[in-house]
Amino acid sequence: MKNQLESLSNPEAFQSPIEIENFDRDTLVRMLTTMIMIRKTEKQLALGRKNGLIGGPVHLGAGQEAIAVGVSEYLRKTDRVFGAHRSHSHLLALNPDFYRLFAEVLGKETGFSKGMGGSMHLFDQPSGFYGSVPIVAGTVSLAVGAAIAAKLQDSDDIGVAYMGDGALEEGVVHESLNLSKIQNAPMLFVIENNLFASHMHISLRQPSDMVARFAQANDIPYEVVDGNDVVSVSKAANRLIDDIRLGKGPRFLELVTYRWYGHVDWRDDVDVGVKRSLTDINNWKARDPIARLTAAMIATGLWSQHQTEKINQRLDNEIDKAWNKAINDPYPSLDSTLKHVYSN
Amino acid sequence: MLKKQFNYGTAICTAFEYLLEKYPEVFVIGQGLWSPWYVGNSMTDLDKKFGVERVIDTPVAESACTGAAVGASLAGMKPIVVHPRMDFMLYAIDPIVNQAAKWSHMFGGQANPGLTVRGIINRGGEQGAQHSQALHAWFSHVPGLRVVMPSTVADARDLLIASVLCNDPVVYIDDRWLYDQEDELPPLVELDLTLQGPMVTQTGSDVTIVASGHASLLAREAYKQLIDKDISAEVIDIRVLNPLNVDSIVKSVKKTRRLVVVDSGWLSAGFSAEVLASVVERLPVNLLRSCPIRVALPNASAPTSRVLEQAYYTSTIDVVDAVKKMFD
Repeated sequence: MKNQLESLSNPEAFQSPIEIENFDRDTLVRMLTTMIMIRKTEKQLALGRKNGLIGGPVHLGAGQEAIAVGVSEYLRKTDRVFGAHRSHSHLLALNPDFYRLFAEVLGKETGFSKGMGGSMHLFDQPSGFYGSVPIVAGTVSLAVGAAIAAKLQDSDDIGVAYMGDGALEEGVVHESLNLSKIQNAPMLFVIENNLFASHMHISLRQPSDMVARFAQANDIPYEVVDGNDVVSVSKAANRLIDDIRLGKGPRFLELVTYRWYGHVDWRDDVDVGVKRSLTDINNWKARDPIARLTAAMIATGLWSQHQTEKINQRLDNEIDKAWNKAINDPYPSLDSTLKHVYSN
Repeated sequence: MLKKQFNYGTAICTAFEYLLEKYPEVFVIGQGLWSPWYVGNSMTDLDKKFGVERVIDTPVAESACTGAAVGASLAGMKPIVVHPRMDFMLYAIDPIVNQAAKWSHMFGGQANPGLTVRGIINRGGEQGAQHSQALHAWFSHVPGLRVVMPSTVADARDLLIASVLCNDPVVYIDDRWLYDQEDELPPLVELDLTLQGPMVTQTGSDVTIVASGHASLLAREAYKQLIDKDISAEVIDIRVLNPLNVDSIVKSVKKTRRLVVVDSGWLSAGFSAEVLASVVERLPVNLLRSCPIRVALPNASAPTSRVLEQAYYTSTIDVVDAVKKMFD
């Protein structure tokens, strides 16, 4: 495999504090808090799955929080964001209501999808999250269509499709890149390249580790960035989203990252992950987007360990309450299965 | 004054013009829309009248274009995707079956993809196995899709408008073998698709013939020939295949006590089986005066050579013969 990502895919690189440059304190604190909230929410889901309270699969994205948080910094509620199987962070970065996520994953009617979706089918259109589904690449063309709609509606809203590196192996993604370009659609493709599709390392699936080569092939401007650096992610997203809103057509953002958990549920999956070792996992944990931002903020005097502890305490408390509330919420009524097949 | 005559193709075109004129959220996307080759006379000059932004001819990308229509519908548009051969539409099964059909259900009814997918059955002319398939049964199997097959000139227009105005994903299937039918068009009314269903097009007392799409045209022609043989057939055009409401068919069969189902798809696990089963299970035991009959394509792909084609496809005579057998 060609190592076009160079050091970006090296787990031993990029472990030092990130550059926070001229970012203001409020923004940094907001992004840090959201990342911690997402991490803790997913830890709760991992635990709930492990102890059997969650009945269905959960695809956790711990370690990848900087991506959704950095990108969402420049999104509006009227943008059209679509996700995939690993989308808890995509939704929570737009709407931090972890209680409704818990309820949904537990199959309760108070959940984001009224208890009809679970972890793999999430919906919150009022916050811009049009939906996530577990068919790999299943929503990419939908996002392009929502972007084409924005153009027809004379708005400067944009379509956003989150996908993993595995999705680039699906034919429809290439159709979608081409269609978005030829239609000059206001569309942002966000690729979380965590180097794995299920158990398979990218070297076993693709001839190069950099998927942005497909943006190049479709003449779509792109950036390739460390996905574990929330400032770099948000700066790149800002540049690309600005261009898209100005009518310059689709943009492609490849973010290199790694998931701490295995493909599905709470385990490490070192035994089933081809090319997935405990050494790699530990190195990537040292490249933690939360720790690197925290360290940078402390080093510049914007933050203290004490403040992190306070946030941890508050969130732990809120998450605990939300989880218990969701556990006690009602399930959907039995007529729900037939009720939502059609619109009336 | 002579009333303007329409054929099935120009009736479809009238529906497109009406929709694009009246509803700014309507747009059309698909292959061949800027060309006279692919869609007969059913979309002539729409791009010139309404602009290439709203009548989009596309790259050869059935899946992305259909998915894009699903996404656009979620963003408040009313898109129509056109697949000039239904066979090509198989590349778009994921956005139709996995996404559009399930979207409302997966998210608790909070969003509905109100798009129309127009698939054209384009048989004959030695085009063979991959330019000929009638796959309405497949789509009718999927909960969440509405499946519509107009067989008359008026329905070609009115069911297209009703499909586009419906909030659910609709698969609208027309058949090029219907395009030459001529008729006057009644005044245009916007129908509520959810209230449409099978319709008795010819009344009779001896046998009920049920069909959809092109098979309905065969049934109507058979009706005329059967009169000469002193057989009074009642013909029912299914129109809306999913969700299927068989009330009017059951009522008719209770009267005629004979049932023939004609279908332009294959026999095996075909739509004719669904109609037959749904009707017969609601009939009193011993009501039927003869075994019900299905007339459908043999379980083989369409051949190319004209001699084989002629033998393969169902003709009016096949329908007449099937009915006559019941009276032997």
